[in-house]
Amino acid sequence: MTYLRRLLPYLKRYKRMLFIGFLVITVSAVFTNLIPFVISRAIDQIRNHTEGTALYQYALMTVGFALISGFFLYLTRQTIIIVSREIENDLRNDFLEHILIQDQQYFHYHPTGDVMALATNDISAVRNFLGPGIMYTAETLINFTMAISLMASFNAELTVIAVVPIPLISYVVYRIGRSINHKFELVQEQFSTLTTKAQENLSGIKVVKAYVREKSEISSFKDLSVDYMAKNLSLAKVQSFSYPLMFLLTGFSVIIVLYLGGNKIISGELTIGELTAFIIYLGLLTWPIISLGWIINLTQRAEASMKRLIEVFDSKPAIDNPEVCRTDCAAGSENGRRVLNGDIEFRNVNFRYSKEMPYVLRNIDLKIKGGETIGVIGHTGSGKSTIVNLIPRLFDVEEGEILVDGKPVKSYQLSELRTSIGYVPQETFLFSDSIESNIAYSENKFDKDKVLQAAKIAQIYKDVDNFPRRFDTILGERGINLSGGQKQRTSIARAILADPKILILDDAFSAVDTYTEEEILTGLKNIMKGRTTILISHRVSTLKNADRIIVLKNGSIAESGTHESLVQQEGIYADIYFKQLLEEELKELQ
Amino acid sequence: MADEEVKENTQESEDSNQEEVLGKAYDARLMKRLIRYLKPYYGWVILAIFLTVGVALLSTIRPYLTKVAIDNYIINKDPLGLRNIVLILLSTLVFQGLVQYGMTYLTQWIGQKTIFDLRMELFEHVQNQSMSFFDKNPVGRLVTRLTNDIEVLNEMFSSGIVMVFADVFIIAGILSFMFSLSWQLTLIALSVVIPLIYATVIFRRKVRTAFRDVRYYLAKMNAFLQEHISGILVVKIFNKEKKTLEDFKQINFDHTKANKKSVLYYSIFFPVVELIGAISGGLIIWYGGGEAVKGALTIGILISFIQYSEMFFRPIRDLSEKYNIMQTAMASSERIFRLLDRNVDIGDAVNPKELMNCRGNIEFKDVWFAYRKDNYVLKNISFSIKQGEKVAFVGATGAGKSTIMNLICRFYDTQKGEILLDGINVKDIRQSDLRKNIGLVVQDIFLFSDSISNNISLNNRSISDETIADASRIIGIDDFINQLPLKYGQNVKERGVTLSQGQRQLITFARALAYDPKILILDEATSSVDTHSEILIQKAIDKLMQGRTSIIIAHRLSTIQKCDKIIVMHKGEIRETGTHQQLLEIGGIYSKLYQLQYKESFVQ
Repeated sequence: MTYLRRLLPYLKRYKRMLFIGFLVITVSAVFTNLIPFVISRAIDQIRNHTEGTALYQYALMTVGFALISGFFLYLTRQTIIIVSREIENDLRNDFLEHILIQDQQYFHYHPTGDVMALATNDISAVRNFLGPGIMYTAETLINFTMAISLMASFNAELTVIAVVPIPLISYVVYRIGRSINHKFELVQEQFSTLTTKAQENLSGIKVVKAYVREKSEISSFKDLSVDYMAKNLSLAKVQSFSYPLMFLLTGFSVIIVLYLGGNKIISGELTIGELTAFIIYLGLLTWPIISLGWIINLTQRAEASMKRLIEVFDSKPAIDNPEVCRTDCAAGSENGRRVLNGDIEFRNVNFRYSKEMPYVLRNIDLKIKGGETIGVIGHTGSGKSTIVNLIPRLFDVEEGEILVDGKPVKSYQLSELRTSIGYVPQETFLFSDSIESNIAYSENKFDKDKVLQAAKIAQIYKDVDNFPRRFDTILGERGINLSGGQKQRTSIARAILADPKILILDDAFSAVDTYTEEEILTGLKNIMKGRTTILISHRVSTLKNADRIIVLKNGSIAESGTHESLVQQEGIYADIYFKQLLEEELKELQ
Repeated sequence: MADEEVKENTQESEDSNQEEVLGKAYDARLMKRLIRYLKPYYGWVILAIFLTVGVALLSTIRPYLTKVAIDNYIINKDPLGLRNIVLILLSTLVFQGLVQYGMTYLTQWIGQKTIFDLRMELFEHVQNQSMSFFDKNPVGRLVTRLTNDIEVLNEMFSSGIVMVFADVFIIAGILSFMFSLSWQLTLIALSVVIPLIYATVIFRRKVRTAFRDVRYYLAKMNAFLQEHISGILVVKIFNKEKKTLEDFKQINFDHTKANKKSVLYYSIFFPVVELIGAISGGLIIWYGGGEAVKGALTIGILISFIQYSEMFFRPIRDLSEKYNIMQTAMASSERIFRLLDRNVDIGDAVNPKELMNCRGNIEFKDVWFAYRKDNYVLKNISFSIKQGEKVAFVGATGAGKSTIMNLICRFYDTQKGEILLDGINVKDIRQSDLRKNIGLVVQDIFLFSDSISNNISLNNRSISDETIADASRIIGIDDFINQLPLKYGQNVKERGVTLSQGQRQLITFARALAYDPKILILDEATSSVDTHSEILIQKAIDKLMQGRTSIIIAHRLSTIQKCDKIIVMHKGEIRETGTHQQLLEIGGIYSKLYQLQYKESFVQ
C-alpha cells in the first residue's frame, strides 16, 4: 500500500461524499440482510399455522425492505463509484500536467505509446481499486457482520460451521485470480507476438514474394498461432475451473447447513424458517466471499500501476524556468526578462544529446544581429536542426553558452523565450483541428484577419479558399488531408501569426516548389523587417538571398558568407549550387 | 506513383472502417457461413450441447431435492432419509461441477480451434495476393483483420453460441420444475419476469448508448493524448502547455461525465433487479403462504420456489449480453469474409509452361504499364537482355526503373505488350518457378526480426548453414557476424545490436547469393554508408553479378562501369542505350546524370 497512500490527498477532497457513501452502504446492507429474517418468520408462521401478522404484511415488508435497500444501494453507487470517477478525472489531469512539463529528453526515452498506456491503463487500474474496490470492501464487511450476527441469533453452532469455509473460498478465488492474470498476460504477450509477425510479414511482403517464401511464412505464422491457441487453452483450463470450483465450495456449505440444520429441526433446536434464512444468507454471502479474493487482485494491480504513475509525478524536468522565476516572473514583472531585439549568440558551444553519444555540434561561435536573415545549409546530420533546437531551449548546452539579446537563454522564463520565437519544425505537425485553429495556434483568442493575412503570406490562402469549408476545414483523420506542401505552408502561416522576434524555418520548403517558395520569402521579407530569421535548407534557392549563409559540416561551421562570395569560394556550397542547377535542367527536359 | 495510389486508397477505405458500425445481431447468410467453420468439430459441438443439457438439469434439480428433503424427511423427522437426500444433493453438486468444467473447456476449445482455422485460411489467402493488393490495403488494416476481428469471433464461438443453449436450457429446466410443483404459484411468482425483461431491455439499450458515448470520448481523449504527445515539440515551442492542459481537462470532463451516466444506469438497474426479485419473493410468501396454510402447498415447495425465482434472473441477464457479442461478431465476420472473397488477381496459368534450366534471357516487347488506369508509368518499353549480360538502368526518381524490376518478377501484370523469360511469357510460368530463378535485392532493406542466418536463408531448410556461411564469406560480412555474441544466431533487431545500414545491406546481398539465382535484380541503395562498408559493398556487388544475368538500378559509378549496357530511362521511356563511354559522348541525359550523381555527392 506504500504507493496507494499517495491517493490520500485525492480521497480527502471528496471526504464528505465518501462519508455519505459509507453511511448509505451500511443502511442498504442492513435492510438487505433483514429480508431473509422476515422470510424466516413468515415461513415459521405458515408452518405452525399460528395467527399473528398477516401474510400480506410479510410480503409488503419484504418488498418494502428491498425498496429501502435498493434506494440506498443507488445512493451508494452514486457516491462511492462517482467519487472514483472524479478521482480518476483529477488524477488524469494531474498526470498530463506533469507530462507537459517534461523536457524533450523524456519523450526521447518514453515513446508515445508508453505515456498513453500510463494515462489510460494504469489510471484505470487505480480507479478500479478506488471504485469497486472500496465499495465491495465496505459492502463485504457490513454484510458479513450483519449476516453472521443474524445467523448466530438463530443458532451459533450452525453459523460457525457455515462460516468456516469462507476464508478458504476467498483464498481460492485469490489464487485462481492470480493464476488467471498471469496466464492472461501470457496470452496478451503471444497475441502481440502474433500481431508483430503479421505486421512484419505484410511489411516485408515483397521480400517474401520475391524469394517464394509464402509457404514457410505460413508455417511460421501457424506455429505462432498454435502457440497462441495453446496459451489460450491453458488460460481456459483455469477459467473453466474457477466457476465450478466456486459454486462447488459455496454449494457445499449450503448442503452441510441443510443436513445439520435439518437434523437440528428434527431435534427441535431450529425452525424451518430459520433454516431457510440460513440458506438465503449463504446465497447473499457468496458474492462478498468471491469479491474478497478479487479485491486483493485489484489492489495489487493498482499498487503496481500507482508505482508507475508516481514515477511521472516525481520526475523533475531538467529544463525549467530559472531559479528566480520559480515563483513568478511573468513578462513585465520585476524578474521578467523580455526579448526585444532578437540578437542571438552562440559562444563556443559544444553539444551532444547524451554523455554516451558523440558530439553533434563542435566549437560553434556565431553572432546573429537582430533583424538579420541567416541561411544554414549542410549535409543530413551535420547539426543544422540541433543548432536551432538550442535557441528555444528544447535542449540545454553544457559546454559553452547561448545568449539572446546578450542574456543567457537560461535566464529567461521559458514561456517568454519561446513566445518570442516562431518555429517551423522540419517535421510538419498539424493538429486535427480546423485550419484556422491551426494557423492561430499561438493565440488563445484570435483575429480572423490576422489568420487570413498569415495565410496569404504563407501562400496557403488560395488553396484553403478552394475548400468547401474554407478555413473551417478540419484536418487529419476525419477531415481533409493536405499535401506535404500545403502542410508546410500552413505550418509557416502558424509561425508567422505568432508574430515572433525570431523566426526559425527548419527545412520548411522541402515540399514547396521553388516558385511558391520565392513568393513566400518575398512576403516574409516585408513582415520580418527588424526581426531575426534563420532559414535552414537543403536548397540553395531558399538561402541565396539571406544576409549571410553558414555551411555546416560534421557539426562545425565550414564556410560562411553571402551567396556570391560562397559560390566564388568553390567549396562545399558552390558544389551544391552547381548540382542543383543541373537538376533543374534535367527536370525541364522533356 | 505507387505510393500516391496507396495513400488515396487508404483514405477512402479507412473512413468506411473507422466507425464501429453495428448492425444486426443475426444475419442468416453470415451465420451459415460461420457455422461451416464448425463442421470439423460437429461431434464436439454436439457433445458440448449435450453437456449443457446436463448442466441445466443438474443445476435446476437441487432446489427440487431441497424441497424433497424438507417435506419428506425433515418435517417427517427422518434423519436417515435426510442423510440420503443430502448425499444425492452432494453428488449432483460434484457431478455438475465436473460437467460444467467439461462444457466450459470444450466450448473454449471449439472456439480456439475454429478461429485458428479461420485465421490460417485468412493468412494464406492474404499471402497469395498480388502486390497491387498490398498497395491498396494498408498493413494496419490487414493486421486488424487477422488479429482483432478474428478475436471477436472467438468470443462468439466460445461463449456465444453454446452458452445461448445453456441459458435457454436452464430457463427451460427451472420452468419445468416449477410448473410440475405448482403451476398457479409459478405463474404468480414469474409474473415479475415481464417487467424484468422490460427493465433489462431498457437498461441494455441505455447502457449501450452510454458506452458508445464513453467509447467516443475515450477515443477522443486517446487521440488528443496521442496527438499532443507526438506533437509535444510544437506544444512547447508555441508555449501552449497551459492551453493543452485546459483542452484536455474539458475532454476528460466529458469522458468522466459519460462514465457517470453509465454509472447512473447501473445504480438504477441493480436495485431494480433486486426489487423485482423481492416482489417475486413477496408474492410467493403472500399467495404460496396462503395456499400452504390451507394445505394446498407444502412448505418445501415454498422454499424451493424462493430458490428458483432467484435462479431465474441470471440466464435472462446473460442472454441480453449475448446480443452484443453477436452484434460485434456479425460486423467482424462481414469484414473478414469480404477480404476472403477477394479473388487473387495474379494467378498461375491453368496450364503453366515448364521453365526447364532457366538461362536468363529477358525480353520486353512493347510494354505499357500503369499502376492506375491510363496513368502510364512505362510507355512502349522494348529491350532484350541476353544470358549472363549485365545491364544498368539509370534515370531520375520516378523514371520507371523500379517498375521494370517489379514487372520482371511479375508482381504486377502489364496492360499492353509482353515480357518473356527464355522466350516464354512470364504469365505462362508458374510464379514460384519464375521467382525461384530471380534474386531480388530492393533498395529499402528489409530484415525480419529474426536471427542473421534466418534472415539469409529466410527459413528455407534446403539452404544449409554452410551455404549461409559461404555466402556471407563471399559477400564479406562473415567477419562481422562472427564477432557478434551469438554469431549467426544473433537476432538483428534485438536491443544493443545495431547493424549499420551497410551491414544490413550486405546481409540482403548474402541472402540473394545463398539462393543462387539465374537472374539478379538489384536496386542499389542510395543512402550513404561509411567508406569501409562502401568498399565491401562494391566488392560484394561484383561477386553477386558473377555468372548471372544482372539487372541493376545503379547509383554507383563503379557498378555502372562494370555493366555491359546502360539503359537510360526518363519519364517512363527508354531514352538512351549504350556503354558508359558511348553515352558520355552523346552528351544527353546520361552525361547530366553522371555529373549530378556520380561525382562525389554532398546532398543526396
